[in-house]
Amino acid sequence: MLFVVLAPLAFSVLALLDPLAARRPRALLAGGLTHLAGVGWLIVAAPSPALHGWLELDPLAKVVLPVISLLFAACSVYAQGYLARRRDRDNRLFVGGLLILLSAMTVVATSQHLGLSWVAIELTTLSTAPLIYFDKSARALEAAWKYLLVCSLGIALALLGTFFLALASASTGGPHSLLLSDLVRAGHMLSQAWVRAGFAFLLVGYGTKMGLAPLHSWKPDAYGEAPGILGALLSGGVTSLGFVSLARVVQVCSAAGEAAFARDALVAMGLFSMGLASVYVIGQRDFKRMLAYSSVEHMGILAFGLGLGGVATSSAMFHAVNNALTKGVLFLAAGNIHRSYGSKLVDEVRGAARRLPVSGSLFLAGFLAITGSPPFGPFFSEFSILNGALGAGRYAVGALYLIFLSVIFVGMGATVLKVVPGDPAGAPEVANTRDSLATAGPPLFLMALVLALGLHLPRGLKVLFDAAAARVGT
Amino acid sequence: MKAFAEMVFILVVVIDFSLLVSSRLKAVIRAAAAQGALLSVLPLLLSSERVEVGHVLALSLGALVVKGVVIPWLLTVAIREARIRREVEPIVGFIPSLILGAVGVALAFALSNGMPLPTPEKHDLLVPTALSTVWTGLLLVVSRRKAVSQVIGFLVLENGVFVFGLLLSDFMPTMVEAGVLLDLVAAVFVMGIVMFDINREFSSLDTEKLSAPKD
Repeated sequence: MLFVVLAPLAFSVLALLDPLAARRPRALLAGGLTHLAGVGWLIVAAPSPALHGWLELDPLAKVVLPVISLLFAACSVYAQGYLARRRDRDNRLFVGGLLILLSAMTVVATSQHLGLSWVAIELTTLSTAPLIYFDKSARALEAAWKYLLVCSLGIALALLGTFFLALASASTGGPHSLLLSDLVRAGHMLSQAWVRAGFAFLLVGYGTKMGLAPLHSWKPDAYGEAPGILGALLSGGVTSLGFVSLARVVQVCSAAGEAAFARDALVAMGLFSMGLASVYVIGQRDFKRMLAYSSVEHMGILAFGLGLGGVATSSAMFHAVNNALTKGVLFLAAGNIHRSYGSKLVDEVRGAARRLPVSGSLFLAGFLAITGSPPFGPFFSEFSILNGALGAGRYAVGALYLIFLSVIFVGMGATVLKVVPGDPAGAPEVANTRDSLATAGPPLFLMALVLALGLHLPRGLKVLFDAAAARVGT
Repeated sequence: MKAFAEMVFILVVVIDFSLLVSSRLKAVIRAAAAQGALLSVLPLLLSSERVEVGHVLALSLGALVVKGVVIPWLLTVAIREARIRREVEPIVGFIPSLILGAVGVALAFALSNGMPLPTPEKHDLLVPTALSTVWTGLLLVVSRRKAVSQVIGFLVLENGVFVFGLLLSDFMPTMVEAGVLLDLVAAVFVMGIVMFDINREFSSLDTEKLSAPKD
């Protein structure tokens, strides 16, 4: 298991030391593919936990780790084309940072120790902040600053929350440990008041990392300014890991008998995020910022599903997979469009489907998928979360959920329909930026996966989502 | 020992207040450095015989070097390079932020009375001091405009978390504590780099000037 953590780190050292800029993207590709192979082996071989049980491939890890690995591999292929077009920028930090991010994400996905998770999550912030500043513009600088400050604040509060949980475990007869299995076994022996306080702080901390409203203020700037690859990895990878970490905290709360409190908070925050996203997505003129608000919405959906429990939680696991893959499609396609037009404003971009037949169509298809149109994967996960809400007799929150989904569909649609159809003649164009195999292939591949998940959900995956939901507790 | 620790806690809270009212950045950095240095004594004062002396000394020395010397020095260099001396026009004024700070401290004391500690008491003032300092740090970050002031706020917040962490030093592996210190260095290091670039592009470290993307 340590192999998938250490291999990307080794490649990042290679990339950071490599004097030849043209060779560095290959380290990224090698790191991504090695990781994918390693994760594939992990799934098949199912090794025993590593590092005294601190790293383990539990059901939650089995849900997110393969998705992140696939997403990263797709991005590393895309980077070959992207970085070849961006010879003007030094890519040393970019390649090295992405590989460190991959290693940190692997640790968060598999970590069974709340302290270790915290350290790794902080590392995901530190390794990505300089990458947002890849464009070296004033706006990118502000975005990077905001991202670093807001996420560091969140992570500091998460540390305090982790300390609260550690304190809760130190009651007489308690496990005096931050290992998940110890905490869950201790159950009611944990001090309930401190578990509650710990959850509140961790919700704020990891909620910032996920970008739940009102803690999302870094998202529009960071996603708007960062290169498409980073947007894809942040909105598909890092935020999903915030969700998984939060789910593990809920697992502790359930064991300690504080599940009701945690779940109500999650439902409220989830709906608030969706509501806020639906307000800001309307009339959005910058299509990358639009994707940021879509990410706020989908993190809201995940929190909502996690909060409802039962079927909805299992569907939230499914939705985490769908969201990660679809966000990959959208950000990579949006990156291609941005590069070709030199602009990300709807006033200047039109006719993307004609100029970039693959990326333009993928942007449209990705929009349809993420807003929950059949037959794509997200339709089924969003629908069964609604089913879970109604099945549990929670009609009011179910209705709100449905209203927000519809408003966002219309709002996003208005922006996307300005970008994709039409005649590109007269719109600004940057030379040498047409679709190529490296830049259009990866999002196409991810889109195919999203479609496949919608057409047929393998039985094994369904069982896995149920197992992950059962682990969080009801 | 106990009386001495009490003095330290009271001084830490007093420094919290002084951070909220001063506008001269040099004074704020000095106060934050003094707070960090004071905190580094606490692991020694509060250690129990269950912990190895090596761990206590390492934590104490680490805190002194990082919080008391290195980071304040980096910040001093930053303001000298950027030639800024004062925090002007904070988002929340100095007097209102002092009042908010006082409310936070009162709440911190009230809250910690209502939350009985499951572990044997280290010191009555530990939890309220930690929470007050966290609150002060948060307040500084959100109410100040200059990048340097925001970084100082973040450091003060981390100081508060550090104080709380002392409660766990008896039974938690030092890994978590080492994580705190390492992180602090790394965070400020990266922040420093970003600040350096803010400085180059705008010849001032005012984050308000950088607010082009708006909805």
